Amino acid sequence: MIKVRGLGYGVGDTVILHDVNLTLAPGGITALIGPNGAGKSSLLHCMAGLTTPTQGRVEIDGLDPFTARDEARARAVALLQQTPVVVSRLQVRELVSFGRWPHHRGRPGPKDMEKVEEALEAFSLTDFAERPLETLSGGQRQRAFIAMTYAQDTSWMFLDEPLNALDPRHARDLMARLHGLSRGHDRSIVIVIHDINAAAGWADRIVAMKDGRIVAHDASAALLTPETLADVFDTPFEVLRHKDRPVVISR
Amino acid sequence: MVDRHVAWLALALVALSAGFLLWHLRAPYGFILELRGAKLAALICVGAATGAATILFQTVAMNRLLTPGIVGFDALFVLLQTLLVVTLGGVGAAQIPGALRFVIEAAVLMAAATALFGVLLRRDAGDVTRMILTGVILGVLLRGLASMVQRMMDPSEFAVVQQAMFASFGRVDLGQLIAAGLVLIAAFGAALRMAPALDVAGLGRGTARGLGLNHDRVVLMALMLVAAMISVSTALVGPITFLGLLAASLARHLTDTHRHIVLIPAAALIGALILVTGQFVFERLLGSQSALAVVVEFFGGLLFLWLVLRRRQL
Repeated sequence: MIKVRGLGYGVGDTVILHDVNLTLAPGGITALIGPNGAGKSSLLHCMAGLTTPTQGRVEIDGLDPFTARDEARARAVALLQQTPVVVSRLQVRELVSFGRWPHHRGRPGPKDMEKVEEALEAFSLTDFAERPLETLSGGQRQRAFIAMTYAQDTSWMFLDEPLNALDPRHARDLMARLHGLSRGHDRSIVIVIHDINAAAGWADRIVAMKDGRIVAHDASAALLTPETLADVFDTPFEVLRHKDRPVVISR
Repeated sequence: MVDRHVAWLALALVALSAGFLLWHLRAPYGFILELRGAKLAALICVGAATGAATILFQTVAMNRLLTPGIVGFDALFVLLQTLLVVTLGGVGAAQIPGALRFVIEAAVLMAAATALFGVLLRRDAGDVTRMILTGVILGVLLRGLASMVQRMMDPSEFAVVQQAMFASFGRVDLGQLIAAGLVLIAAFGAALRMAPALDVAGLGRGTARGLGLNHDRVVLMALMLVAAMISVSTALVGPITFLGLLAASLARHLTDTHRHIVLIPAAALIGALILVTGQFVFERLLGSQSALAVVVEFFGGLLFLWLVLRRRQL
């Protein structure tokens, strides 16, 4: 379980997160939605222990990510950055094997290699395993980075805008894979996402943020109402139903 | 297991070194071998240190075009030489024992680099771009200071300083060489030991920290090693700005890997090979006394321009 209490964060005089309180139960996919500058990525980084808040505390399965050792933190939570650096000549298998770093610290064993193969398999990367990252398409590359995060073998996976630069087919494919992982592999996934319909279709819970505050937090179907969305994004929305799922249309 | 590229480079260096030592060897053998041996050791030390240091520096700077010289090492060396001659006079400076002069120069260079990196890293953890820009500006300031002092010098004293402004392998002191070799071996061992961490650091600060790497500590340690390697090689023979760029670029091209356990020794061996080959060709084959460093700088500078203009992925 993740517990966030009274979390505040700012840069200079700009306050980015205001007294954020949040409890996330393990399991499923939680989507963080909100307009640009709402503080979604900052909250994700603070929860991962990679950005030090100005106030408040975070607890991940009983671990304080700010006082825990680096390896202990990285074995509890994995974070995929919004725009990860693509190192030239780095092959897909090598990238995915970096996910095992918190476990082996440079000396991989048979179990680490097993986990890497499992991650390659889970994201259909086995055929590309020997290819350098720079030769892959945007979608394949994104999958490779998420596979690295998966190989970290943490209970919690945080993904910062993983659908960026993905076409609808690849976005759907990725969300389906994440959905599968959150069901059968004991992974709890927290994802920052701008595509509200992807959140509606795949997320179990939605946390809506605006101006550094959480304005709504509920099951997807309950939260996605025209009133709530209009309040979060300052623009009118229409919400239709299709096969028991909400479909959001910006008016 | 040793990478096959590294093994071939090592073999090439051994063969070339043998040729350098034994080509047209005449009596008195002992005396000539000693002279050639010292020169060869200096060439290998400087080439290896510059090549390895550039790989480390490019990884932490996350830029394949930068060299340690960019943060003002060369400029500090020239200023140091200038101040030494100004305060002690041309004759006085020349009278300082070689090993002592080496220790002072290396210590000052390392202390300056440590202070610069330490202060900047403490203030802006992970802001390597800011640190490099500060280094560039500092380099300009130090060059300006050295130039100002040189304008006020006696012409004969200026000639002494001018000699130190270009790398020269013909005036290496044996005591200096042994001290430099020991420091370089230790720094090289430490660099290889942290090679896996450098691979992770190459993913960028955010990703590396997410993987549980203490990125700031790795960067600081890498920069300390860069400072040690470059300080020692600069104090030994003088500044060679573009040798590292040549060695690092060729190492990446030849080995086609991102792994530092391969790149560091490959760049070190290529750096040494460039200098030994260049000196062998100039001295033995062409019978010329041209300054090798000038030629290395010329080709290194051309490579730099070519890389910038072509925007090639290294």
